[in-house]
Amino acid sequence: MKDYRPVVYAAFCVLLLLAPFFLNAYWVDVLNNVGLYAILGLSLNIILGHAGLFHMGHAAFYAMGAYTTAIINTTYQIPVLWLMPISGLVAGVLALVIARPIIHLRGDYLLIVTIGLVEITRIALVNNIFGITGGSNGIFGISRPEIFGFRIRRPEHFFFLIWGFAAVTVFLFHRLENSRFGRALNYLREDETAAEGSGINTAHYKLIAFVVGAVWAGMAGNIFAAKMTIIAPESFNFWESVILFMIVLLGGRGSIPGVILGAFLIAGLPELFRQFASARMLIFGAIMIAMMIFRTEGILPPRPRRYPAPASGGGEGAS
Amino acid sequence: MDFFLQQLTNGLAVGSIYALIALGYTMVYGVLKLINFAHGDLFAIGAYLGLTLLTAFGLTRFLGPLGVVIVLALMVMGLVAVVGAVLERVAYRPLRQAHRLSAVVSAMGASIFFQNALMLIYGARYKVYPHDILPKNVVSLLGVEVPLVRLLVLLTSVLMMVALYLFIQKTRIGTAIRAAAIDQRAAKLMGINVDRVIMIVFLIGPALGGAAGLMVGLYYGQINFTMGWMYGLKAFTAAILGGIGNIPGAMVGGLLLGVIEAMGAAYLSIAWKDAITFIVLIAILIVRPTGLLGERVAEKV
Repeated sequence: MKDYRPVVYAAFCVLLLLAPFFLNAYWVDVLNNVGLYAILGLSLNIILGHAGLFHMGHAAFYAMGAYTTAIINTTYQIPVLWLMPISGLVAGVLALVIARPIIHLRGDYLLIVTIGLVEITRIALVNNIFGITGGSNGIFGISRPEIFGFRIRRPEHFFFLIWGFAAVTVFLFHRLENSRFGRALNYLREDETAAEGSGINTAHYKLIAFVVGAVWAGMAGNIFAAKMTIIAPESFNFWESVILFMIVLLGGRGSIPGVILGAFLIAGLPELFRQFASARMLIFGAIMIAMMIFRTEGILPPRPRRYPAPASGGGEGAS
Repeated sequence: MDFFLQQLTNGLAVGSIYALIALGYTMVYGVLKLINFAHGDLFAIGAYLGLTLLTAFGLTRFLGPLGVVIVLALMVMGLVAVVGAVLERVAYRPLRQAHRLSAVVSAMGASIFFQNALMLIYGARYKVYPHDILPKNVVSLLGVEVPLVRLLVLLTSVLMMVALYLFIQKTRIGTAIRAAAIDQRAAKLMGINVDRVIMIVFLIGPALGGAAGLMVGLYYGQINFTMGWMYGLKAFTAAILGGIGNIPGAMVGGLLLGVIEAMGAAYLSIAWKDAITFIVLIAILIVRPTGLLGERVAEKV
């Protein structure tokens, strides 16, 4: 069977690039949200999809990145995009500190701890911890980002910022997936004991996966803060983490195209159902069940890894 | 001392409600290794059904307060059990052979479905239970005035838990449930109808959850369609705290969680109440990674 995937991906990219020229501001904004969810989903995919860690607290790292940007920007007037690495760094360091003692927890125990993490973060933000998070009203007046003197403010402008960042993410994470690191993560996901036995330091790799995911979520938080100019704790609640969790699982664990499709479905589908008004989430829930029943591994599960058979030896080794 | 005992009884009452819901999580987990995220919403359905049945038939005209509550509880438990069994048949059984995370997404879909169904049927606003059903008496306990309702909640929950414990430990069906929880395939080979066992688990768990929903309605007087999330999360926390899959663990975890929450709110800070609960949970899990009563099992994925 001929492999049509490159054609499909190319067509998708062209369509997406042209979209802001044909759609109105509302739909471009929907696409922007989808893009942000895609970036977040891809970052969670490293942790949940590749390392197989049940992490349902990703919104916490997203919040840390967004709040780092908001606080530094409103206090010291440092341009927003310069803060992107700092936001990532803060989220990453916090992830390292938090994950170190809990990384050995198994499956569902890790799940509830990460849920706890997102709740603790939200409550800390609501209670105006250290007096810098603005309580339940949040922080407003975050400045618009600028690139070479060009001020990004309209949805179309953000479209290119967000999807540009998403493209970079896809490229880097694709490389990561096929690296020694990515293969090690998959091994420990499939069989932790065997991975440990083959000399993979599982705790170390899990921790790195956690930190990489958190850094990326922090940077996505930076873009979110720039886009909204107002952030409040309610944007980072438990439900947000659940949405990210669903994006990865619905699309296909460990599959980049799957996660992006998942972002389109979870963030975009409820918009398409607007005509059903209040029943739209009801239909959405039913569709989620149906999709999982018909595609149990997610809609676009990753293809099994393939390696060229060794050239020497001949005979049976040929594939 | 007076204040302390008030908080303690309050914590135990709330905790016993958590424990009842947690039993549903832990039983399903024990047999299927599935976190039934829709379980909290089954609890909310119980609360709403209780309200509907109470007002629809005008039960209070024929029966005394005790009779009303018993009849109501039986009807609610039966109906929610049916909803739970249907849920299992439709959303979980087709995914039995799939990776366990796939069923989690299906469960979340079911949760969204139930929550929005409740909102569409009953509206998004708070609903109020009639407040003249239960007696308003206070009982003197060690010199402290404690509302009778609070003691009744605690007592009923404990009775249900004891009944469940005896059912699981002493009856043939209970033995089958335990066998299926230990090793489904071996249980099948021993002639146990595992599909039926799972169906029974999905009848008992939601029935207890529905009863908890009714209790919350009667005890607090108001209910909301999103309450399933909040109580569900707390109960799931309780199940994990006790060691998920372990039935006495869910009871201990629920009561402990209720007391921690009440004490945290009373002596530390109300605003930080939920954060305190989670911090205690994380601290306990760092020391005991499989919960208080959880067995050490090598996880096989």
